[in-house]
Amino acid sequence: MASAREMRLRIKSIKNLSQVTRALQTVSASKVRKSMQAVEATTPYAEKAWKVLLHLARQPGHQSLHPLLAERKEKKNTLVVLMTSDRGLAGSYNVNVVRTALNYFENHKMQIAYIAVGRKGRDMLLRRKKRVIADFSNLPNTPRFQDVSSIGWLAVDEFLSGKFDEVYLAYTKFENMLNQSPLIRKILPLEVDLVDDNVHDFNVTHHKQESVFSYEPGQAEILDEIIPRFTALQIYQAILASQASENAARMVAMQNATDNASELITALQLEYNKARQQSITNEMLDIAGGAEALAQSMSKAKIEGLSQP
Amino acid sequence: MPIKCEIVSQDRMVYSGNVDMVVLPGDDGVMGILPNHSPVLTTLAFGIITVVTSTERNYFTVAGGVAEVQPDQVTILADAAENVEEIDEVRAEKAKSLAEKHLKEADTGIFDDEDAARAALRRSTLRLDAIHRFRKSQKYRR
Repeated sequence: MASAREMRLRIKSIKNLSQVTRALQTVSASKVRKSMQAVEATTPYAEKAWKVLLHLARQPGHQSLHPLLAERKEKKNTLVVLMTSDRGLAGSYNVNVVRTALNYFENHKMQIAYIAVGRKGRDMLLRRKKRVIADFSNLPNTPRFQDVSSIGWLAVDEFLSGKFDEVYLAYTKFENMLNQSPLIRKILPLEVDLVDDNVHDFNVTHHKQESVFSYEPGQAEILDEIIPRFTALQIYQAILASQASENAARMVAMQNATDNASELITALQLEYNKARQQSITNEMLDIAGGAEALAQSMSKAKIEGLSQP
Repeated sequence: MPIKCEIVSQDRMVYSGNVDMVVLPGDDGVMGILPNHSPVLTTLAFGIITVVTSTERNYFTVAGGVAEVQPDQVTILADAAENVEEIDEVRAEKAKSLAEKHLKEADTGIFDDEDAARAALRRSTLRLDAIHRFRKSQKYRR
């Protein structure tokens, strides 16, 4: 058994550790809220942009209307924007999303390249010798749109240049505090056919007037403006959702760590108290034994003294 | 009949309200939207949006975007938009003079390159312009 001193030190260090994990837990909880609010703030733009997009893109022959809408016949290269965190201590958050992405694209016939958003994902990809064409690490917490729009522009440019025929997002969807699910989603070419009509119909009140819209300067120019922005917005939303998930995962991980620490402290404290009690008992026994021995020798000497002439 | 006007940027709702007139900086020229305008989709240039209600005039700077016009509704999808009341005039003045100095004289070390300085100049000039228009309209009202 460890000595009492060693045990005391160990209890102290675990107490310190649990203070850190508890602080991290509180901080993460507030960061989740912040990210969620940021996600909500993007919905008005997203909804309205989507309406305009659908309106334009649903016109007959839309595939030829804009290159960002056109499905390519021959697909060779795929670009994946992988979103992870810069820091660890978030449970299995990073591993989950990376593993989901790797599994999803493992049996893909196409060449895969990655844009890594977040240090952890970048490191994991590089360790597995994957091709990473760009790395966006150390993003600020709850970034503004301007901070991350360059990721969207890069994806659009790579797609338009013909280097990649499809662009996917791999991120973590925030379901609730306890549940975050990794998700793969195709963002380019933009698919406007698959969406539920009822949710995003372009202006319900003026449905029949759709055709009388005039366009300035032209439909293609408007699509030119709006599709890249919409792509960038999707990436922005995914980043915010991933950050919310990261912090929720961290919060849960830290809560577990704090709980474990306090359990450990209770167990160690019990053991320490036992050891301490034991040593006190031992000392008492020693003293009692010593006193007993002394008393015996005293009485023996007395008897001997008496018996001497 | 008022128009329902909404200005949204990617990360927030900038303005929402019932208005009498909206003036938009379209790519093909400035357009004033009154109620019952025929439906239009237009791209926006870098410029100033004026929103007129019965009691006040609001000015917004906008760095491009798309606007959807309906007879009773104007929706503006802006790339970064701000209300004139949010603009820090002192900061805009400072940015403008710094950018001018950078372009006219020597490298001030503040901007990465000439393009960045030119963009900063454009932004700050637009902001100051919006402030001046806002002031003028206030004076006019009195």
